[in-house]
Amino acid sequence: MAILSKKNPIDLLFSVITAIASFSVIIFIIGILFVLIKESSLSIGKFGIIKFLTSTDWDPVKESFGALTNIYGTLLTTFLSLIIAIPVAIGIAIFITEISPNFLKGPIGIAIELLAAIPSIIYGMWGLFTLSPVMSNHVEPFLKKITAGIPFVEILFRGTPMGIDILTASVILSIMIIPFTASISRDSFNLTPSVVKESAYAIGATKWEVIKNIVIPYSKLGVFGGIVLSLGRALGETMAIAFVLGNNHRITTSLLDAAATITVTLANEFAEADKDIYLSSLFYLALVLFVMSFITLAIAKFFLLKAERKYSR
Amino acid sequence: MKTIMKLALAIALVLSFTNAEAAVTLNGAGATFPYPVYSAWAFDYNKITGVQLNYQSIGSGGGQRQITERTVDFGASDDPLKPEQLQKDKLLQFPAVIGGVVPVANVENVQPGQMKLDSDTLCKIFLGEIKSWSDESIRKMNPGLKLPQGEITVVYRSDGSGTTAIFTHYLAETCPAWKDKVGAGKAVKFPVGIGGKGNEGVANYVKRTPNSIGYVEFAYAKQNKLDYTQLKNKAGNFVVPGFESFEDAAESGDFDPKKDFYLWLTNAPGKGSWPIAGATFILLAKEKADVNKNIVKFFDWAFKNGDNKAKELTYVPLPKSLKDKIRAYWKANGLQ
Repeated sequence: MAILSKKNPIDLLFSVITAIASFSVIIFIIGILFVLIKESSLSIGKFGIIKFLTSTDWDPVKESFGALTNIYGTLLTTFLSLIIAIPVAIGIAIFITEISPNFLKGPIGIAIELLAAIPSIIYGMWGLFTLSPVMSNHVEPFLKKITAGIPFVEILFRGTPMGIDILTASVILSIMIIPFTASISRDSFNLTPSVVKESAYAIGATKWEVIKNIVIPYSKLGVFGGIVLSLGRALGETMAIAFVLGNNHRITTSLLDAAATITVTLANEFAEADKDIYLSSLFYLALVLFVMSFITLAIAKFFLLKAERKYSR
Repeated sequence: MKTIMKLALAIALVLSFTNAEAAVTLNGAGATFPYPVYSAWAFDYNKITGVQLNYQSIGSGGGQRQITERTVDFGASDDPLKPEQLQKDKLLQFPAVIGGVVPVANVENVQPGQMKLDSDTLCKIFLGEIKSWSDESIRKMNPGLKLPQGEITVVYRSDGSGTTAIFTHYLAETCPAWKDKVGAGKAVKFPVGIGGKGNEGVANYVKRTPNSIGYVEFAYAKQNKLDYTQLKNKAGNFVVPGFESFEDAAESGDFDPKKDFYLWLTNAPGKGSWPIAGATFILLAKEKADVNKNIVKFFDWAFKNGDNKAKELTYVPLPKSLKDKIRAYWKANGLQ
């Protein structure tokens, strides 16, 4: 063992302490997974895996539980928030790295970091009291009006605009994940070797051409990794959307309908879950989210590592 | 330097003595609904007796679990446990305070307390069968009101709560269709409508949405001046929600010590009873005799001295007859 071969006792002690610190993380993760599986075993036994994942029923009174409405809500809000956030975040990153004059880079960077530092419950309150009325009175009626009569698109905006719906929740989520995507994209853009950029400018390329043909292709993988990381954050976000999503266990096609995500269901129902099977099903939902988050993080890591390897050559 | 050390030592000693004197600490956990009144009582009680009462409002389900596992001295729950269940887990149960649930509506030109509804119309509205305020059954009950045509939006609690439990219990008791299709519980599958988180969420949506109806705790409706409705009770009278009608419900409710007071106070038979009321309960572990005596002392004190404080916080104190029954129950179980 390399760590133990050192003679100096202080060195040895130090190595052992750092090793314990590192391994404790792994132990925590395994411990959490173990508890989730143990607590949900009752529900796993009753509903099985396939049935639980594909059933849309969530009825505490009749003790029948299925995760599909929650998974659907989670994926849909996450997907929509990414659609809104990615263009804005990449725009911010391009502006900071390539276009902005130096004196503006600092303030904008700090503003973005501040956005990331706002606790999510504040987004939640703001969403309920400020954004939701704006959405229901102005944005959603407008969207309804301009999409009226367009086949398929029309379906997305059916129903009364209430402001407590998938659309509002997605907008809040997108604001929360913009800082992540933006800062990782900025870092990836900065990885583009300036020699290559300068050569492009030297042969007469415009700023747009440099960004499109040099910077973006060069940092594609890094940006993609950043997007998947923010996807992970959006998957797990709870308090910001618990107030504006309505916790409605139905699958809907309209973005103006209430829905439920895994996290919102947990936050809303955990405290008052009185029956064993109810509580166990909530743990089962948590387990599903754990696995989903784990998979997204693995994908993100894969791309980020690939990007790193590519540029370190 | 030495004097400072001595001073510190003296302070430490004094502190440790006061700590030793106030050694009685009671730990409770459970329902969120009675939390404000329990903590107000505990504050006053602590000033007089030095007994410290810690109450964590983690929810009724949590309260039941914690006392069953004996991790707290007492549990609190908005829904009563059945005598069989209490027997099995070796628990005792008694009510502590009464609360009510009121329907709140947002209908143009209708003032608080003007709208009259009965259990059948309320049930049909929440089932989505009555879609407009100008439905014939509502118009018949409210001949003087000009009711709008627009579609009714139902607002319910999206989080599991005792408020929903009492409300759905009332609907299930009075309306067979509700019992078949939905049932009663802290979280149910509402057939129509949107969910608001907490009383504040429901109130906010009702205020903002024309032609909507929801339900909130009475205390919340009163403090926020929401447009509550009248309801027709079991005796056939229309009643306005308020202290009198809740007290009437509590008095006419048949709380039976032999059943550990297991009772849903919905649809109470009294002439002036508000039909959607409920008691919130305290759960004790049978074998913890000493601790229980201290807890019972606290509630005995609260029953004697806490009524005004409870009313200030818009809770309904238990009627005297019920308090006497509870005291007899304590004696019978050797707690007092």
